[in-house]
Amino acid sequence: MYRYDEFDATFVRERVAQFRYQVERRLAGELTEDEFKPLRLMNGLYLQLHAYMLRIAVPYGTLSPEQLRMLAHISRKYDKSYGHFTTRQNMQFHWMKLVDVPDVLADLATVEMHCLQTSGNCVRNVTADHFAGAAADEIEDPRILAEIIRQWSTLHPEFSFLPRKFKIAVSGAKQDRAALRFHDTAVEIVKNDAGEIGYRVYAGGGMGRTPYLGHVMTEFVAREDLLAFLEAVLRVYNEAGRRDNLWKARIKILVNAIGPEEMRRRVHSEFEEIRQSGTLRLPDEEVASIAAYFAPPEFETLPDHSVEFEGTRASDREFALWTEHNLHPHKQPGYAIATISLKGIGAVPGDISAAQMDGLADLLDDFGHKEIRVSHEQNVVLPHVRKKDLPAIFARLKALALATPNTGLISDIICCPGLDYCDLANARSIPIAQKLATRFADMERQRDIGELKIKISGCINACGHHHAGHIGILGVDKKGVEYYQLQLGGSGAEDASIGEILGPAFTADEIGDAVERVVDAYLEERERGERFLDTVRRIGIAPFKTRAYAGDSHAAH
Amino acid sequence: MAKVQPPQALTANRLQTGDVVYWRGGDWVDYFMDAEIFPESAAADGALKAAQQFVADRVVVNPYLFPVRVTEDGAYPVEEREIIRAGGPSIHPDLGKQAARHVPV
Repeated sequence: MYRYDEFDATFVRERVAQFRYQVERRLAGELTEDEFKPLRLMNGLYLQLHAYMLRIAVPYGTLSPEQLRMLAHISRKYDKSYGHFTTRQNMQFHWMKLVDVPDVLADLATVEMHCLQTSGNCVRNVTADHFAGAAADEIEDPRILAEIIRQWSTLHPEFSFLPRKFKIAVSGAKQDRAALRFHDTAVEIVKNDAGEIGYRVYAGGGMGRTPYLGHVMTEFVAREDLLAFLEAVLRVYNEAGRRDNLWKARIKILVNAIGPEEMRRRVHSEFEEIRQSGTLRLPDEEVASIAAYFAPPEFETLPDHSVEFEGTRASDREFALWTEHNLHPHKQPGYAIATISLKGIGAVPGDISAAQMDGLADLLDDFGHKEIRVSHEQNVVLPHVRKKDLPAIFARLKALALATPNTGLISDIICCPGLDYCDLANARSIPIAQKLATRFADMERQRDIGELKIKISGCINACGHHHAGHIGILGVDKKGVEYYQLQLGGSGAEDASIGEILGPAFTADEIGDAVERVVDAYLEERERGERFLDTVRRIGIAPFKTRAYAGDSHAAH
Repeated sequence: MAKVQPPQALTANRLQTGDVVYWRGGDWVDYFMDAEIFPESAAADGALKAAQQFVADRVVVNPYLFPVRVTEDGAYPVEEREIIRAGGPSIHPDLGKQAARHVPV
């Protein structure tokens, strides 16, 4: 994985010292809260309902065992012995004290971590496909480009005060596991007819109050020109994006106000100027030196069929079930990608205890793994596992209570922290996720239902990606009471779509029954081989609406 | 924000720790059960004004009034948000203020 050079290390250290001084000045009264707030936000520090919350960047979702252990240590020493993985591959601690944060940042710096670009109106921490470097359907490891974008964007003087935050995702595979079209800008690694690798670039996607899917800005830009192209997109946005209205300030509003055609014209005109000046050309040597950091581990030559793996599958029902749902094909024969579910039935989606973090770090060391990945679906991933090791790894995961076999199933729910923690939230989201997972806990039923992605947000900002849920749930506040809107038909994958709202909101007590009736309707209506999403797309939301509101108790809210 | 109607209470977060605190008789207490309940707007507005000195002195940030309902058993926050701030995360009865002292809701 990427290692800091002297420049990176010095920069992060200096940033810690700078923030320590800023905190001192705040406590001494030299800075008011209004003056201090943007400074703390630039270091990922928010004030939430119960305490400060620190959001730590996990660039492109990659963590080493040392970094996992440091997160465990920080959670024990400064927090409450757990952390929360977010839908942007970051980690949040919810019980921080302002006075401790400079020390926390200093601890993080010792393992090459920081909180830069986790808040504020800048280019945020770049996200990437969590199966990067491992997936069989990949053209190129997207983290190489994500790291290049990270280096280019960190403290970029022109783009540090954008109209609003700017989120970039990168994927190098046919299957979109990075929700590309829901990002402000996204880069898809593609090959042209000549077999050259280049990039398709999208802009104008986003969730929030006004969800939009991104539009293609170019079908193919050459590698050396990619930063010039991104600079053009950002420059057009920085100049023309609205600054008068917080809710209309994201690039999606600009793209849809002037139209994708006009946006493309402006971006290409800017791009030609930058390109011709030749100042932002990506040198091959630089790309090669960064690519070297992401070189895959030395794979053993193994038969794809593993006797240990198949034998345990045949004899151990639990293991077989886990392999059925939590494994993904690896590009190397004899290897697999394993998803470790952080969605234990009734657990808090994305939460991980200090003991589990340490246990995973030990597991990585013991099996010779150098890294673990965080997915935007709030799970973690072992990217390169020898199939023959899987029975032993599964046993270790079971001991850590991390062996839930539900990846991609109805209980693998994405969920924001919601009103249990978040200052912006209108309603709780975690208890809804817990109750739904418990309601659908039966494994045979989950398998029968098949792939079904429920995504829950506690407010319109949509951190829980409800617009992209096959079933999306949005918490709303009506005079201090929580209600939940149901929407169907969203997808964050390569078949991206925005879910449609079903109708009036349900109470917290009603929403579980409503979801169950919708799922029952699917089971009755589906045709052979159809996922929930396929059935919704084929027959539309009307039949589901009829069923959802068929409950006796529901009074339109 | 719409003006909060009485009865109400005054809350803030401590600057150094972020802890939730409530106003009582010119200073801050840690538990909602100990908070001063203002039956009248005038007293509540006066307390909010007095709280600004604690902001200037870097004791608390973001003081604001919120509605409560008063019953025979005592006072309770009206809104879910304030119920959760008073106790802690509803999903973690072992964490937050509710872990140290029973918080009636």
